[in-house]
Amino acid sequence: MEMIKNALGRMVPSEINGRPVKPYAGAFADMVSGKRKAAPPIPRCFPGRVNKVINGLDAALDKLPLRDGMCISFHHHLRNGDYLVNAVVEKLAQRGFKDIVLAPTALFPVHDKLIPYIESGVISHVEGSMNGDVGLACSLGKMKRTATLRSHGGRVRAIQDGDLHIDIAFIGASAADCYGNANGVLGKSACGPLSYSNVDSLYADCSVVITDNLVPFPCIPWSIQGGNINYVVTVDSIGDPAQIVSGTTKLTKSPTQLLIAEYAARFVDEIGYIREGLSFQAGAGGISLAFNVYLAEMMKKKGFTASFAHGGGNTVLVKMLEEGALKYICEGQCFDLDAVRSLRENDNHVESTLSISYNYHAKGCIAHMLDIGVLGATEIDLNFNVNVNTHSDGLLLHGTGGFPDVAAGSDVTIITAPSFRKRIPIIRENVTTVTCPGELIDVVVTERGICINPKRQDLIDKTKNSKLPIMSIDQLMDEVYKITGVPEKVELDDKIVAVMEWRDGSMLDVIRKVKT
Amino acid sequence: MSVNILDRVAAGKADKSDVLIVCHKKEAGHGVKVTVKSSVRAFFGKHIESLVARKINELQITDILVEVDDNGALDFAILARLEAALIKMGHNVTKPLLDDACFDHFNPDFSRLRRSRLYIPGNNPDLIINAGLFGADSLILDLEDSVAPEQKFDTRFMIRNILTCKNNFLGASERIVRINPLSCEYGLADLEMIVPARPDIILIPKCETADDIIKIEKIVAKLEQSHGIPKQILFMPLIETARGVINAYKIATASKRSVALCFGAEDFTRDIGCERTRDGKETFSARCSIVYAAKAAGIEAIDTVFSDIEDSEGLRKSTVEAQSIGFCGKGLIHPGQIRIVHEVFAPTTEQIQYANRVMQAIEDAKSRGLGVIALGSKMIDAPVVERARKTLELAAKMGIDTAKKEVR
Repeated sequence: MEMIKNALGRMVPSEINGRPVKPYAGAFADMVSGKRKAAPPIPRCFPGRVNKVINGLDAALDKLPLRDGMCISFHHHLRNGDYLVNAVVEKLAQRGFKDIVLAPTALFPVHDKLIPYIESGVISHVEGSMNGDVGLACSLGKMKRTATLRSHGGRVRAIQDGDLHIDIAFIGASAADCYGNANGVLGKSACGPLSYSNVDSLYADCSVVITDNLVPFPCIPWSIQGGNINYVVTVDSIGDPAQIVSGTTKLTKSPTQLLIAEYAARFVDEIGYIREGLSFQAGAGGISLAFNVYLAEMMKKKGFTASFAHGGGNTVLVKMLEEGALKYICEGQCFDLDAVRSLRENDNHVESTLSISYNYHAKGCIAHMLDIGVLGATEIDLNFNVNVNTHSDGLLLHGTGGFPDVAAGSDVTIITAPSFRKRIPIIRENVTTVTCPGELIDVVVTERGICINPKRQDLIDKTKNSKLPIMSIDQLMDEVYKITGVPEKVELDDKIVAVMEWRDGSMLDVIRKVKT
Repeated sequence: MSVNILDRVAAGKADKSDVLIVCHKKEAGHGVKVTVKSSVRAFFGKHIESLVARKINELQITDILVEVDDNGALDFAILARLEAALIKMGHNVTKPLLDDACFDHFNPDFSRLRRSRLYIPGNNPDLIINAGLFGADSLILDLEDSVAPEQKFDTRFMIRNILTCKNNFLGASERIVRINPLSCEYGLADLEMIVPARPDIILIPKCETADDIIKIEKIVAKLEQSHGIPKQILFMPLIETARGVINAYKIATASKRSVALCFGAEDFTRDIGCERTRDGKETFSARCSIVYAAKAAGIEAIDTVFSDIEDSEGLRKSTVEAQSIGFCGKGLIHPGQIRIVHEVFAPTTEQIQYANRVMQAIEDAKSRGLGVIALGSKMIDAPVVERARKTLELAAKMGIDTAKKEVR
């Protein structure tokens, strides 16, 4: 394996787990000329009525084509309330399988139970987002092979382009019929869309719907379509939907977070984007949700209606939709149960697949139709490069989500973050890990200063007479250092434990083992 | 060095942005040892260790173990905790451990706007470090009700360091410290620590007689002189008992330093033996009395705190009512309340337009040599002119562009 310097000056490997990869060459570089997408095996419909139902996970695993080294996938629509990843991995471990590649769309603290299986080699590595202790285990070098982190759109691309081959896709559904049509809006475990699993159902060798609510054929709406499903497995419960609301999806009371959200909304107003037909996406996290509240207030005051909100549905957006301040919500996941209800009942609240939403290797995606994208970060550097995955001490603790896709697509990408957390400054000379290149970041909003990327002279001009605390990013870093002091440099191990893959499959950066 | 050194002393707590410091007395020959546990150890572990060791060495303490349990505290907070611990232990600390006291922001000013006065618990550095960002007219660093008795000692060092720190954490807000009443064991020690740190205003709680103010003024004046403080620190008496209400005028006129009388409904309702209600009928008469006493003394009156942070409509209503009976400001406990209070106290567009027309009419009358001034069919007399002048003055102070709002 060779290390190559990419377009951001980061040293990246030429292959990952034996698969050759290219260095990052720019946010919209061409990595595809002359290539075709991957394709799943060709199935056949046998004569007669179809019934794919199997009772219980054990009986299902008896039938599935299991093997060492296989890649299995899951969605995270139930977020911290998911029961399935732990249950399936535990049963595979009991059956003695090892070297499994786990390809979830994200993992949450509830999945901390996977750690022993990572340590024992049942799971060789993760391809997908990792939150909490699984990320920590990866940082400490406990995974046998190198993990790959991808954005939502990047994961879809990797599957479609053949970089990530899924052997068996497990798709939890709160309602499904005997044929495999399924949705996430009906039943006791309703958690919203099933959009994360759409691509899995289309491209996996074998796709399995797991449900705790078998309904008569046809199951409508059908977020997952039975023509793509091999088996339907019935279980007592797929998870606890009450747990989809977590710390990152609650409205904040923190005065500092509220101030940052208010600054961001005022900035959007001053650059002239509070207007008829505004489209926006504000992700999870207290500041983003509060931003939605301020934005709604401003739109209402001026009598404008937003055209669509994209991303995670939540109670604030639902209120806007129901009050007529917003025409449509197009979403891939729900952040609370109010959003689940709205998705079920409101025709203007629709589910969109991750390919339609975020995929760079598609013929357009919704993220590229956004006016405003508001996103969080753990670090931002003087070149506006953003890190959302690792902390400054090198620990991998957060997933990527749709960050790079939204940043690449939005007219104006705004990062909201406190200027320091505890004593740790957010603005650094260099980020620990690049999640998203600075060329896609337009504005950084903190409680102590707002920095506009010098590439956006238009935004600088529009806010020339602003009363907002606008300053250069160097100045903000210096001011924060005056408060916190300059942090010591953290030494990391040479061993690469994970790679950051850009939307197009190129190598953006690496994550190194943390010294213990 | 003192001979009565305690074996083990602690100060602070390992909450966010704070630090717990535990000092252990050691036998001769042990030397100075500092251990650092910290949530930011990877970035500031070495810095914290050397900062603490340097201060210990400067004090010529030779044998001690200092255990630092840090959760992201900034240096001013670490040094406040260390100083409190060392003094409690019996060491002789003659000057503050925080280097280069900065008094650049000391600016006692009678004529400031005081629409919003926000209480900040003085022992919570996490709330203090961002307190200056929200645009409150005044910030009250509290040593009294929000600080438990066993924390009063540590809190004085925290507030002193905040006031004298080179980093201005309090923004452009007026700097007020609420001390404990002089009648209790903490009041005098509060003044001795806080006055040299030069707050703009001392908020004096539970004022019941003129004498309460006079006693404090004597102590403050003496401290100002001995510390060479160039301007007089101002007072804000807080009235929160029936006796205080009855004596309000005497309290207001007891010292030339007093800028406003404040009302405290929580203690007042307890004192008169009734429940505090949402519409505040039980305090209405007391609040009016305080306004009259303050105005008669030529100073302002500021209303009690509104304590339900979720109820923004209730806050608006309460503020409108406070303004309607003559208060110029409101007490607050959350920065989210500031905007509403400032909105209520801002003159309306109609008021500004009317004031502009009044001033214009005076100009017109002057230029035409007329003695009697009329606006439309109405005569304009002195109180009307005075009110118009005040409206425009207030609007200008609040940064409202009065010219723009003129519609002719």
